Amino acid sequence: MHRTRFFDHLILLLGAAFLVTPVLVAFMTSTHTAADIHMNGLSLMPGGHGVETYHKVLTQRGGFTGEVTGARMLMNSTILGLGFAVGKIVLSMMAAYALVYFRFRFATAIFWMIFTTLLLPLEVRIMPSYQVMSDLHLLNTYTGLIVPLLASATGTFYFRQFFKSVPDELLEAARIDGAGPVRFFIDILVPLSRTMMAAIFIIMFVYGWNQYLWPMLMTTEERFFTLMRGIKSILQVWIGSQIPDYNEAFALAVLAMLPPVAVVVVFQRMFIKGLTESDK
Amino acid sequence: MMAELSISQVSKLYAGGVRAVSDVTLHVGDGEFIVLVGPSGCGKSTLLRMVAGLEDISAGEIAIGGRVVNRLDPAERDIAMVFQNYALYPHMSVRENMAYGLKNRRMPRDEIAARVAEAAQMLELGPYLDRKPRALSGGQRQRVAMGRAVVRQPAAFLFDEPLSNLDAKLRVSMRGEIRKLQKRLGTTALYVTHDQLEAMTLADRLVVLNGGQVEQVGSPLEVYHRPASTFVASFIGAPAMSLLDAHVEGGQVMLAGQALARVARPDGAVTLGLRAEDLHMVAPGQGVALQVDYIEELGAQRLVHGLVEGQALCIALPPGVALPPVLHVGAAPERLHLFDAITGRRFTARTSAQSGALV
Repeated sequence: MHRTRFFDHLILLLGAAFLVTPVLVAFMTSTHTAADIHMNGLSLMPGGHGVETYHKVLTQRGGFTGEVTGARMLMNSTILGLGFAVGKIVLSMMAAYALVYFRFRFATAIFWMIFTTLLLPLEVRIMPSYQVMSDLHLLNTYTGLIVPLLASATGTFYFRQFFKSVPDELLEAARIDGAGPVRFFIDILVPLSRTMMAAIFIIMFVYGWNQYLWPMLMTTEERFFTLMRGIKSILQVWIGSQIPDYNEAFALAVLAMLPPVAVVVVFQRMFIKGLTESDK
Repeated sequence: MMAELSISQVSKLYAGGVRAVSDVTLHVGDGEFIVLVGPSGCGKSTLLRMVAGLEDISAGEIAIGGRVVNRLDPAERDIAMVFQNYALYPHMSVRENMAYGLKNRRMPRDEIAARVAEAAQMLELGPYLDRKPRALSGGQRQRVAMGRAVVRQPAAFLFDEPLSNLDAKLRVSMRGEIRKLQKRLGTTALYVTHDQLEAMTLADRLVVLNGGQVEQVGSPLEVYHRPASTFVASFIGAPAMSLLDAHVEGGQVMLAGQALARVARPDGAVTLGLRAEDLHMVAPGQGVALQVDYIEELGAQRLVHGLVEGQALCIALPPGVALPPVLHVGAAPERLHLFDAITGRRFTARTSAQSGALV
């Protein structure tokens, strides 16, 4: 076995520092006042205004309507992230199940059609999707925000590959045990896919959480503001001689980072557990 | 419950015209242990899977317990299957694995518990009931797979090469367990294997398959002592029966210029089958000359492989006998097997034993 030496640690430490420093700077800077930041630039030392800044961004009503708070934005982002992740997993698992286990005509052709859409970025279909949602009067609703993006080629592809790796005998044993298609899916495939679901959940939650363009198009009401838009709107305030609230923007950015980090930490554990206890 | 299994004129045709199984007819009595044996690709697994309902039946009819099951789902056929790779549900404990099929049949909870407990006790799985399959050894997993079949109390057990994934020693002991279990439960069993030894030791009756067709059906000893064709002769028994080109001349079977036995057949070519243990050494000048090629020492006996006029022949000899480079061997006339040189079918008219012409 390779023995770790000092030099190995040095490389790891440098790599970690490279990734962590910007986050640290953002956090430290957010604890200073806006004027302070404007005069002295970014800071690596903690300032004395952390608590009030975070309290302010979470509770202060902002925007034109004076309705939207940081907590509200946090909630909206969470709804979007969770909705995307859960919806995409459910939908793509069912699609992959149909593609792998049901013999119907053109299954391969359909799969490749779905797969090809992987090549198309969201922006390509953003206008038609908007049109559809507008016609259905779903603008400014959570449904309109979430549903159009649920179909996931990536998820379908991953689940398809996973289902194909499940031994056929398992299906046959289940058939002899009297499990129909629904039973087999719920009792056998879903529990076996746990690690796959965790992996897809991480990817899709972060994907949904980071959406910026889509919520901006689909919602005009401020109560649907997500954190990503909140950060942007703080920095846009250049009224007269007012200094932008850098500290608040940094605080929001730090807050925006926490849920994805939590999701990764929680599910990664499950993910690694699944990999090491591989059973098939 | 009567659990006869009858397979009549069953065929399996795949798209593209491949005939995996053609026109197999077999009647399995209640409680009988039938082994389907043959080389890979002979259609034995396909036949079993048709009985299980995992493959469509292209032609013919399969009935279990007097009920035609052609159109029934596997779950409705009242069978239980044991797979080669066990096919245990990896995320369920041993107990859940065994109970799953019963749960799907909406059996009352306490009855499920009772059956699982009984099967676990029978298979000595008690201490492992709450473990996951991955925490079990190969033999234990195989036992769980059998337990899953046993709790169902089906009309028939179907085994698809259940011992192939185990090491040699475990295979022998599991073989015994399967046999004992089946006798104790008295459940009809259909067992697929490519291992002729497994087939011989387990079966009440053997079904030897070749190229999708039944070559011979019979008890292990019957198949061993009276193989119906050269295929069966070379497949059943280890070492394999030596098959040599010989001919009949004036009512005598001739090999290498020596008359071996009287036979009531017209002159012409025949295939002569000789089992290694039926051959013995005779004095020089008598019998056929065997050019020794190589020797396999098995401890209890030694197998001498040699050539008779360029044709391979194997003879089993007791250990410790000095071996000259050329052996003279002979066999009792009633121990000869004669097959048609072209079709490979056994001649039903036996060599005349009364000739007494010992080689």
